[in-house]
Amino acid sequence: MSQPLINWFKFASPASFYPLAGKLWPWFAALATAFAAAGLWISFFVAPTDFQQGEGYRIIFIHVPASWMSMFIYCVMAFWSAIGIGFNTRLSGMMSSALAPTGALFAFLSLWTGALWGKPMWGAWWVWDARLTSELILLFLYLGYIALTAAIDDPRRADKAGAIVSLVGVINVPIIYFSVKWWNTLHQGASVSMTKAPTMAATMLWGMLLMALAFWMYSIAVALYRVRAIILERERHATWVAELPEMQR
Amino acid sequence: MNWGSASEFFAMGGYGFYVWGSFGVTAAALLIETLLVRKRFGDTRRLLRRELAADRESQD
Repeated sequence: MSQPLINWFKFASPASFYPLAGKLWPWFAALATAFAAAGLWISFFVAPTDFQQGEGYRIIFIHVPASWMSMFIYCVMAFWSAIGIGFNTRLSGMMSSALAPTGALFAFLSLWTGALWGKPMWGAWWVWDARLTSELILLFLYLGYIALTAAIDDPRRADKAGAIVSLVGVINVPIIYFSVKWWNTLHQGASVSMTKAPTMAATMLWGMLLMALAFWMYSIAVALYRVRAIILERERHATWVAELPEMQR
Repeated sequence: MNWGSASEFFAMGGYGFYVWGSFGVTAAALLIETLLVRKRFGDTRRLLRRELAADRESQD
């Protein structure tokens, strides 16, 4: 068997992941800033006015990426939960709990920007439509995960309970995604296949993709930063923590 | 370029409240999350440093 280039299992230990996360997060933060600058430029100065919705449609440039991130982060949490249950690794639970607050934030932002878009276009801040309701359930799943794991004192048991919530709840993600097809909803269909004039669709798509990349890089950076805090909190009595350079006099 | 003047830009064709309400709250939320995460890390590190210093003190 050939020697693998990177020994992935090495990074499954908090002691080796902590310094790695510390080296990686500034790069993701820098990428997030760069993508956000480019994405905002396209959102406001390159993408033309919409022929139907005027300037109000520009909410799309954060609404759609925030919704994508809220669903994607939940899938990543479910992935780490499955790894945690399967391999009994400590780091997986820490990764899930580092992602949950960011995922909840994006679910909230998806609903918030959706309300601000719905009011001028549909005449209502909120409707009990399949898309909106399933996204609200996603926010409650995030909050449920956070509340449940916070309520259990033993972190390893809290991780197990949280893993079950995220694995059961992940069934909601395809429901959100396909809700506009399965049910007759007020919410418009998938954004990426919009049938507009070709040049219009291209600049809008680029704006959304750049903003999605910015949110993606932001999420990675903030989750890596948070997981470092969680590792310190949980491993405080370990020798390697006492030996860290930042813990010396 | 879509805008003739700065006030036109801020008005967003009459949708200013909705567009800036979306972008503003998103920017504020991400900024606040970043500050909270930094604070959480800083607080934990400070607490651990103090604990470790106290341990060394008692050993000396």
